[in-house]
Amino acid sequence: MAQTVAAPPQGKAPLNRPSNGQMSNVYASGRLGKPVPWIVLGISLAVSVAIFALFQMASGDAYNVAGAIVLTGVLNGLFIYITALLVEGVRQAKDRLVTTLVSSAFIIALAPLISLFITVLSRGTARFDLQLFSESMRNVVGEGGGVLHAIVGTLIMTGIATVISVPIGLLTSIYLVEYGRGALARAITFFVDVMTGIPSIVAGLFAYALFTLIFGPGIRLGIAGAVALSVLMIPVVVRSSEEMLRLVPNELREAAFALGVPKWLTILKVVLPTSIAGITTGVMLAIARVIGETAPLLVAAGFTQNMNYNPFDGRMQSLPVFVYSSYVSQGTDAQAYIDRAWAAALTLILIVMALNLIARIVARIFSPKLGR
Amino acid sequence: MTSPAVAQAPSAPPKPVQRLADRVFSGAALTAGSLILATLAAVAAFLVVQSVPAITTDPEDISILAGENFWSYVVPLVFGTIWSAAIALVMAVPVAIGIALFISHYAPRRLAQGLGYIIDLLAAVPSVVFGLWGANTLAPAVQPFYSWLTENLGWFPLFAPPASGTGRTILTAAVVLAVMILPIITALCREIFLQTPVLHEEAALALGATRWEMIRIAVLPFGRAGIISAAMLGLGRALGETMAVAMVLSSSGAITFALLTSSNPSTIAANIALSFPEAYGYNVNLLIATGLMLFAITLVINALARYVINRRKEFSGAN
Repeated sequence: MAQTVAAPPQGKAPLNRPSNGQMSNVYASGRLGKPVPWIVLGISLAVSVAIFALFQMASGDAYNVAGAIVLTGVLNGLFIYITALLVEGVRQAKDRLVTTLVSSAFIIALAPLISLFITVLSRGTARFDLQLFSESMRNVVGEGGGVLHAIVGTLIMTGIATVISVPIGLLTSIYLVEYGRGALARAITFFVDVMTGIPSIVAGLFAYALFTLIFGPGIRLGIAGAVALSVLMIPVVVRSSEEMLRLVPNELREAAFALGVPKWLTILKVVLPTSIAGITTGVMLAIARVIGETAPLLVAAGFTQNMNYNPFDGRMQSLPVFVYSSYVSQGTDAQAYIDRAWAAALTLILIVMALNLIARIVARIFSPKLGR
Repeated sequence: MTSPAVAQAPSAPPKPVQRLADRVFSGAALTAGSLILATLAAVAAFLVVQSVPAITTDPEDISILAGENFWSYVVPLVFGTIWSAAIALVMAVPVAIGIALFISHYAPRRLAQGLGYIIDLLAAVPSVVFGLWGANTLAPAVQPFYSWLTENLGWFPLFAPPASGTGRTILTAAVVLAVMILPIITALCREIFLQTPVLHEEAALALGATRWEMIRIAVLPFGRAGIISAAMLGLGRALGETMAVAMVLSSSGAITFALLTSSNPSTIAANIALSFPEAYGYNVNLLIATGLMLFAITLVINALARYVINRRKEFSGAN
């Protein structure tokens, strides 16, 4: 948008045509050309690579890649500021400095993401095999064993949480969009927003306290984990469904009313089908959010080495808790526990990414074309 | 509709027909909505009920306290929670504003949405994976840097020596927290920056402002309230984050501002996660009482942030 300030289109700029035939643009004089920032970046990269190569030769340590990248960023900012200050003046220099800073902010955020994915991929593949998905940890002390019990537990608890959360969340959003007026609707909107910020471990403590009152102290159940997850999931479902329901054009509702369709049938047959793609996306993103929750399950569902299919009886393992417990309590063969933890982390990331991807595809393919 | 004849007609509006299905449906919707309020109230009520024994019982009977006062156990945890979240916020907010500006005003339009997705990927990574990464990859990587800092800048109180040998200090935990709250702050800031009136931006540019000057005089003032509340929502996340801190930080329960030593304060959430699986008797009530304090802190901060957002909604577009 603002790039035109630096380089106005050639055709519109008044051109001086000196006698030697060379064109010079009035607006472009006293400005750095388009490739200059890239050249400066190249120079600062070369300088810092050279400096750290000297360091390496002097000390004999491994090459400090991170240091070279950081120095490149610093030098780049410095050089571009000085260059622009000399050619363009202080205001342009500041502008270019900020451009550099803003771009490096993005790269700073990318660094942990890339590092994380590389680490998980490289360390998770060591045990990412068939045995991991076909066995539980029952009677496993050292190597071997798998996470089947954790996967089953995750599926059961997330499934129950979804079954609890989706009807409540969807009905609440219908209330907020179609029925809600006045103080109650405002209060619900406000507290749903506040509820999205509940720390996950507090949700776990709530579920534990609830089931303690029913079954006595020290109880750990799969269903308690599911309740904790649904406390976290409901507000997410409400927010996303509410947004989707508000996107449904009022003309559709009015057309249905004009035909004498009752309100509940209008919602059921007109509003919901129109927004079902968006609601599905929202629900899947909510599942993706809670499937990686560790703390509430650690508190409410506990951890175990055994397969447990019954959410109403005994502790239930889940993937995130498996990662945590095998990292924290490493047994005699520590490397085997670490390898399993990384493999389970890789599995977890793959599940979450798949859910995210499917949600985006659903949103793109099935969303109605509203013609806006 | 607005003709005087109709307006003056003293007739009550005709009552719409109330079918049974209509009443059932709206009743179900209303029940679901009220259930959410009831849940939130139940969370508070159950936590309070379970916490009361921790305060009324004699500290000698609670083994974690080891005879000390309830508050002398809680205060270091509260300090650690707020201190780590504050460091994380200080690191995350400038970067998040930078990224949001990059996506909304600097990146090529065609790339912008894809770049937004990349940042959202960070939000999709489960916290336990961040914990593994922070403890196994980040902490060893930053440890030499910490040693260098304590040797050369040790006079500065925050960098007081001795440096931790493992790198698992409160600063490392705060870096992981900062990475984790980056996506939510970025997403909110991006929304706000995109809603700056285009006319304001164009007016600034037409007066000869550079792009940075345009952002400073048009975009940032417009989004200030939004940025503040985004930061507060991020703070709420950082306060309640459990696993990353529990796995990265090696804590000793000391109240200290030194960032790089091996004696670090723990946080409420991490302490619950580490102690709860082995807790019994009144220890459980004690941990739930600390959880109640965390709930209260985050509730106040989130409510404040939402209040600011809602108040400014009409004219700032931040939500």
